[in-house]
Amino acid sequence: MQNHKDITVVVAMSGGVDSSVAAALLVEQGYRVIGMMMRLWSEESFDDKQHNRCCTPEQMNDAQMIAKRLGIPFYVLDTKATFRNTVVQYFIDQHADGLTPNPCIECNRQIRFSFLQQNALALDADYLATGHYARITQADNGRYQLRMGVDPLKDQSYVLSVMGQEQLAHALFPLGGYEKVEIRKIAHDIGLTVHDKKDSQDLCFLGDGDYRRFLRDHAPSLIQPGEIRLASGESLGQHEGLVNYTIGQRRGIGVAHATPLYVIGKDAAQNALIVGEESELGQASLTAKRVNWVSGETPSAPFEAQVKIRYKAKPVPGIVTPLDDGRIHIAFEGVLRDITPGQGAILYQGDLCLGGGLIEADQ
Amino acid sequence: MQNPMIYLDHAATTPTDPRVVEAMMPYFTQVYGNASSAHQFGRDAESAIEDARARVARVLNCTPNEVVFTSGGSEGDNLAVRGAAWGAKHSSKGNHLITTPIEHSAVVKTLQQLAETQGFTASLLPVDSCGMVNPNDLETIITEQTSLVSVMYANNEVGSVEPIAELAAVAHAHGAIFHTDAVQAAGQLPLDVQALGVDMLSLSAHKFYGPKGVGALYIRNGVELLSSQTGGSHENGRRAGTHNTPFIVGMAKALELAYDEYDARISHYRQLRDQLIDGITARVPDVIPTGHAEKRLPSHASFIFTGVDANTLIIHLDLKGVAASSASACKVGNSEPSSVLLALGYSRDLALGSLRLTVGQQTTEADIDYAVDAIAQSVEKVRKIGAFR
Repeated sequence: MQNHKDITVVVAMSGGVDSSVAAALLVEQGYRVIGMMMRLWSEESFDDKQHNRCCTPEQMNDAQMIAKRLGIPFYVLDTKATFRNTVVQYFIDQHADGLTPNPCIECNRQIRFSFLQQNALALDADYLATGHYARITQADNGRYQLRMGVDPLKDQSYVLSVMGQEQLAHALFPLGGYEKVEIRKIAHDIGLTVHDKKDSQDLCFLGDGDYRRFLRDHAPSLIQPGEIRLASGESLGQHEGLVNYTIGQRRGIGVAHATPLYVIGKDAAQNALIVGEESELGQASLTAKRVNWVSGETPSAPFEAQVKIRYKAKPVPGIVTPLDDGRIHIAFEGVLRDITPGQGAILYQGDLCLGGGLIEADQ
Repeated sequence: MQNPMIYLDHAATTPTDPRVVEAMMPYFTQVYGNASSAHQFGRDAESAIEDARARVARVLNCTPNEVVFTSGGSEGDNLAVRGAAWGAKHSSKGNHLITTPIEHSAVVKTLQQLAETQGFTASLLPVDSCGMVNPNDLETIITEQTSLVSVMYANNEVGSVEPIAELAAVAHAHGAIFHTDAVQAAGQLPLDVQALGVDMLSLSAHKFYGPKGVGALYIRNGVELLSSQTGGSHENGRRAGTHNTPFIVGMAKALELAYDEYDARISHYRQLRDQLIDGITARVPDVIPTGHAEKRLPSHASFIFTGVDANTLIIHLDLKGVAASSASACKVGNSEPSSVLLALGYSRDLALGSLRLTVGQQTTEADIDYAVDAIAQSVEKVRKIGAFR
């Protein structure tokens, strides 16, 4: 093992609690640390409330002050155009296609463990560190493994499941072995004034925290009125734009029917809202595309795994079958009501994250 | 490993010469009187200031009463442009102002404000791809309504040196006042205001090894100027405010040293600058030297590296111990292409890849060798990740 002082680590800093403590821990462990903040694209704020929007002057100031206190160099990378053209555009396009994307997954795939990590390595850094709650271990055969953070409430392996061997070989997650309360305590103990800051939200680029308003502004197709229909094709009335509905929603659909109706799907191509009875809601299986295997190897046979179908969902058991075209099919033991196309279906065995893919819309 | 610390950003600021600091010291604790006071303490301060004024005037080849002390380049530019514009308007001499698109923002924004909110009109002279203004263009644009022409002596971003004497002659032939921002030129080009033929010239001490926060504006006798900072009758009523005695003394000392040691300094700058330009053009592929090849500041080298994000390049160089600057790089990650480079006709993408390196008295050949290596390596690395943009 090399001496830590000969190892250079670029730590991604946001001015928040987690990345600040990550930087502090690395400095304490003796690494040569460089602080770096990505200036991402975000809307202008609409009101006085801060909504934890990323990259405000205050956040930048906080990050810079913390870097100064830790005695590390600090730089800001202009990532606005890249972020706007990839993550934000993806968010808009997916919604316009009737899907519900997780932009954090896309950010980790296209920005953090791509653009930022490449920048770090180009600076001759050995690692990129972030304040994520996840752990990296090495198997006996040398392969890197991604594991859940020890704090079950904060585990972020779900959004890191896009990482492969190359990325993991050059990544550090200093917070993975801690619980959030411990991190706040460390922040407080070492005098970081950010220790009581709110946790950042997922949609860091919104001006007001209202993603429907954002989509109304950026994806005009989503505010076009269209047909409300049953799966059978029977038309029940008009909806006010697909942006206003989520799968599983019961209230506010606005059509009269003998039995309670639920949103069971969206047909973006025909701008139709598909509704049905409670029994029609949910599926016992799904397919996912853009699949990543953390190990770098596609399993050759079906296997059993725990599956998280959203960031905050409880893992449920399923049989995962790798398909010839690179997608995966997952069969669950029963019907799951909240399978949402666009979200990640992420696979686990115990605390080991195997990877996953993005849930496809019904065929 | 400990990196060297190589400062190649002398156009941003210079270290204060220890001889200047020494000259300033008595005026903090011993000769501390207010130069406006009638008593001995005040008279001592006043004579130090008048002595400094005479020394500055000697370098500028003007009379001492034509030198107004300011807080630096921005104030000098503001006072000159706003003061002369309003002075001319006050005596009904026209309200048309002319400048260039490559001026320092202290000139640009002052003109903008005058044009947008105070009833003046403003025109911009064209510049060529080397950043040069052509006196014939001034001849075309100038009108009998033109009261002021302001063209910088040398450009801060690309180092090009403008034909000030010719431009001033055109302005005078049409009855206009001519101002030049000589902030970058001071210490590197002749400052004889008679030879230049200018009516006003602004200076800032920290660009020539003087202290920050002090400058001077030359105002030719007879130029009508409304003061922008009103108050006491300091500086003949042209700039109110208690005199900053130690800094004024420091500026005079720094200016004197710069021109006493002029030949030695200039040949040192030139030699290192040429070593830098030769090294970089030889070592780095796809590099565009910016500005004029000959008519440029002796200390100033500037480049565009194609396919390079200058903001990232500055980070790489900083971690290697080389301090450089880019017109587009910004500490808050808000990289906007330089308006100067856009005015020279470079595309937005190219303008985002600019690097400025300015040598100084303490720069050595070994520093330049190291810097060229560091730049060649860093450009290569940044180009590899450049594909993300």
